[in-house]
Amino acid sequence: MNGDPGLDPEIYERFPTKGRRPRDELKTLEAVWCGPTKPWEWITAINNNFVGVYYVGAAMLFFVLAGVLALLMRTQLALPMTGFLAQETYNQIFTMHGTVMMFLFAVPAVEALGVLLLPQMLGARDLPFPRLSAYAFWAYLVGGLSFFCSLFFGLAPNGGWFMYPPLTGTTYSPGINADFWLLGIGFIEISAIAGAIEIIVGVLKTRAPGMTLDKLPIFAWAMLIFACMIVIAFPSVILSTLLLELERALGWPFFDAAKGGDPLLWQHLFWFFGHPEVYIIFLPAAGAMSTIIPAVAQTRLVGHRLVVMAMLATGFISFGVWAHHMFTTGMPRLSINYFSAASAAVSVPAGVQVFAWIATLAAGKMRFNTPGLFAVGGLVIFVMGGLTGVMVAMVPFDWQAHDSYFIVAHLHYVLIGGMVFPLFAAIYYWLPMSSRRPLSERWGKWIFWLMFIGHNVTFMPMHLSGLMGMPRRVYTYLPDRGWELPNLISTFGSFLFGLAVMLWIIDMIRNFRPFGDKEAGNLFNGPGLEWLPAGFYSLRSIPVITSLYPVWEQKGLGRDVAAGRYLLPGAPRGERETIVTSPITAQPQYLLRMPRPSSWHVWGAVFTAGFFLILTVQAYVAAVVSGILAVYCLWEWAWRLDRPHRAATADVGGGVRLPTSVSGPMSHGWWAMVITLTVSGMVAVMAGFSYVFLWSRRPDLWRAPPDAASLLITLGLLAACALGAFGSVRSLKGARPSLAAALMLTASLAAAAAFAVEAGAWWSSGLRPDANSQGATVFALLAWQGVFAGIGLLMGLFALMRRLFGLVTPDRPATFELIGLFLGYTAAQGAASLLLVRLLPGGGA
Amino acid sequence: MVLDPAGPFAGPIETVAWVLFVMAGVVLALVLAALGVALFGPRPWRQRVGAERLVWVGGLAFPVVVLTGLLIYGLSTTAKLSAEPRPGEMRIRVTGEMWWWRVAYLDERGREVLQDANEIRIPVGRPVVLELESADVIHSFWAPRLGGKTDMIPGRRNFMRLQADAPGDYQGQCAEYCGGPHALMGLTVVALEPERFAAWRQMQAQEAKPVAAPQTAPLIERGRQVFDASGCGACHTIRGTDANGLAGPDLTHVGGRRTLGAGILPNNQGTLAGWIADSQGIKPGNRMPSYPVLSGRDLRAVAAYLDSLK
Repeated sequence: MNGDPGLDPEIYERFPTKGRRPRDELKTLEAVWCGPTKPWEWITAINNNFVGVYYVGAAMLFFVLAGVLALLMRTQLALPMTGFLAQETYNQIFTMHGTVMMFLFAVPAVEALGVLLLPQMLGARDLPFPRLSAYAFWAYLVGGLSFFCSLFFGLAPNGGWFMYPPLTGTTYSPGINADFWLLGIGFIEISAIAGAIEIIVGVLKTRAPGMTLDKLPIFAWAMLIFACMIVIAFPSVILSTLLLELERALGWPFFDAAKGGDPLLWQHLFWFFGHPEVYIIFLPAAGAMSTIIPAVAQTRLVGHRLVVMAMLATGFISFGVWAHHMFTTGMPRLSINYFSAASAAVSVPAGVQVFAWIATLAAGKMRFNTPGLFAVGGLVIFVMGGLTGVMVAMVPFDWQAHDSYFIVAHLHYVLIGGMVFPLFAAIYYWLPMSSRRPLSERWGKWIFWLMFIGHNVTFMPMHLSGLMGMPRRVYTYLPDRGWELPNLISTFGSFLFGLAVMLWIIDMIRNFRPFGDKEAGNLFNGPGLEWLPAGFYSLRSIPVITSLYPVWEQKGLGRDVAAGRYLLPGAPRGERETIVTSPITAQPQYLLRMPRPSSWHVWGAVFTAGFFLILTVQAYVAAVVSGILAVYCLWEWAWRLDRPHRAATADVGGGVRLPTSVSGPMSHGWWAMVITLTVSGMVAVMAGFSYVFLWSRRPDLWRAPPDAASLLITLGLLAACALGAFGSVRSLKGARPSLAAALMLTASLAAAAAFAVEAGAWWSSGLRPDANSQGATVFALLAWQGVFAGIGLLMGLFALMRRLFGLVTPDRPATFELIGLFLGYTAAQGAASLLLVRLLPGGGA
Repeated sequence: MVLDPAGPFAGPIETVAWVLFVMAGVVLALVLAALGVALFGPRPWRQRVGAERLVWVGGLAFPVVVLTGLLIYGLSTTAKLSAEPRPGEMRIRVTGEMWWWRVAYLDERGREVLQDANEIRIPVGRPVVLELESADVIHSFWAPRLGGKTDMIPGRRNFMRLQADAPGDYQGQCAEYCGGPHALMGLTVVALEPERFAAWRQMQAQEAKPVAAPQTAPLIERGRQVFDASGCGACHTIRGTDANGLAGPDLTHVGGRRTLGAGILPNNQGTLAGWIADSQGIKPGNRMPSYPVLSGRDLRAVAAYLDSLK
């Protein structure tokens, strides 16, 4: 079977190679991939062995911080009408608890696990865009910490983690607290999307040769689906935060019912992200469970294919359930029935996975080590959360349970059982891969039981307090409702949970020793490539994979890999490199040169986070300066990417020669650009949805669009942009670099001109963005297009500069291809949004 | 308490809840049994559990059957409980405000006949349609013993039906986070026998008439003067007097209410005085300012006046 272009699989016969490797080969490899030696190099490091550990560490820091907030809340609620926390403080704390747990802990934690584990599991030297993951990490850390600190100044958001307007509009939240949420979440979204692009391209393009999709480790499957879901879901929350910030800052009425907006638009946009978010968090953790359970039972995962299908199904169905958060909003009964059915259906794939885990435990023999305990404990808790999930999928029951403590119980069972316990299992299981010493097994068992009991003591009584009528998000409650006892028990349980986490922290301090020369290694006899002996360069040589469980089933693999008998046993060009393979059958395609440590992405991250945070405190000049500096850093970063190659091909061992540079759909850059544009396209689609939604609410407010002449001019300019971009790439491949640069610049100018003409036409038609919902949505779509026109201009300029510095050559068309893709997309997006806002009937008033 | 329903719109949900509890209990028991066998069972048992067939049967076939059954049951109950209003039904408009409930009783043509706050009186044994609206942010109406909850959304009007089968007080609370003292936005549904309801409604429609014994009459009169002089009428209406403010609750018959401060205090002269003097201490952030400037005597007088408005 040969579905992808790449080397003929027959070359695999040459491996493992015979004979000794050159003596200095390993030395070169080590030198090229060496870790930090000077203090600041710890910050500029980009290798996933470092960034991955930082990333997981930062996520756990936020877990602990948000956990402390939970203990403060439980203390306040231990007794009725206590004054431990003031009302306003409590409201900020519960908002931050939810926000930090969801955005700063859960998503980054699983993404971090991917960054740390995937290269090793896939047999790659690193992920394909190591600087991008480092950028994502630093933006997240700097931004996340500053965001958290808003609590200490009483400026933390207080509108709840789902931030429903109009409560979060300027009328009812005049302070900058809500802006902290909107802008604070902004860069976290960017960082999550950057990570997702990295993971998709990494899983699809940097696998060991022969690791076809049916031999892809289940964790990598989970991360792939996870990252695709981020690409589809996160644009919706990006858009909703942008719209609410526009309404707050400039008065554009998207959610203000008085001017044709609708508070329910926010709920649709937010939950279109918010519910898949739950599965986004759950899937990687489930992937970890499906990896750890076979290891603790020492047998293959029963029903591997079914589990993969189940994860795919979860991904699909999860996009059709968002409105089950809105059963009490008075939706039409037909929609209610549909969402109820979809919500019930989404539990089926979860059931498949649970039974696959149980069958696997039965097929092998469970060893009761700490990862095993956390996995089984998580399974039990998750099943209970899943069952209450089925209950609230039934609409009449949800009418009672919705927004009560029953939901608080349900969601904590799902998230703690489905994500936190698996994460702890993963930490105990994989930590020996990164640390000289493992964590203590004896302590681990104590920690598990404390956490398991603490969880149930905390959250079990909440089912009851919810059914007794206790709503969620209350800073206190009245004494005569019978809620005292369940609340007191919950508080007691939460401190047991806290104690478990504290013991874990102490054990981490005692035993976690990362970044050394020697690791504790494969203590649990896991089957994956990540357990082969490795250095900062990952594996000494990249093996040919013939099994889903290579360490168990490919005899002598570890010895041959370490002896350099497989592909890429050194660093043939003295640079950081990895092999890029085809997405389905993993046939080697080319040798990817990877970036070295650098400070541009670090500064870029600092200034990106700075831009958003300074914007929050309304120091506009400083924010703009920070934004320009961020763009400058990214420019410098991009400038250094496309360097000339010394040779067109390189020997990767066994006499196999791979090209050093490719372009088009075979290249990793093309994939990343296409995924980025998919994200942008989703934002545009959601903006289009908002436009149609508000139109259908108040068609009477809609006025006629500007005259058709401007429409034709704009369409013509957009066509010129697309043609120019296409022609530019063609002429570069035809060895006419000057013409290519000129055409690219022209294309970007055409896109900018198209934007200017269209914006001018709407403005002179008399429509204003703050007048009503039509103005707000039309100008929002225009603004989104304007951002693309602006970035397009920068790119056109970039193309011109590359030509002026003589860096544009026909054998490396990648930069121009990517700019061309971007401009082509910009033209298409412009045309689509243009036609949408012009074709819906307007009243003509 | 959801599991102690008091009317036909809560009863079926309780049944659904019990069906779901039993389903969840049985499924949990089955999963734990399978897990128990997988972990501790004898080898032949484990071999049967440890096959892909378990995933097909337990993970796919069984849930599909159970869920389909539940769904049909759930959807049919949903249909029964949906609340599109029919002509001729008694209507009450409840408007969520930060952080109290404005209650307006409507006549057959949907016109407002009288206003009240934080207490909804309904006749026993008869469905009443609530028109749910919001004056500011999203709130959600919830009286657990009488039914599920329905959101109150600015720019929209939602409906729900209430019915109590026995007289009594039914507690409720705002269920959608609405900022500040959301936790202290309670309400009471008071179900009365039909004749008592009719009497109450008739009395409620009348203008304010202080009920006073001869010895307290001067105090009450003084309270009325303090009420006027302190500007209370800018926010509150007392029908039959000059007080005609619309921002706060109608106080025409405040003395007849069960509770104060949206369901958080019992209503008597002491709590009335305390509320007026320190409403911000009792319910921080609410829209009524504290009046610490009133002397003790004035405070007692105002409280006595309000308490007399039965």
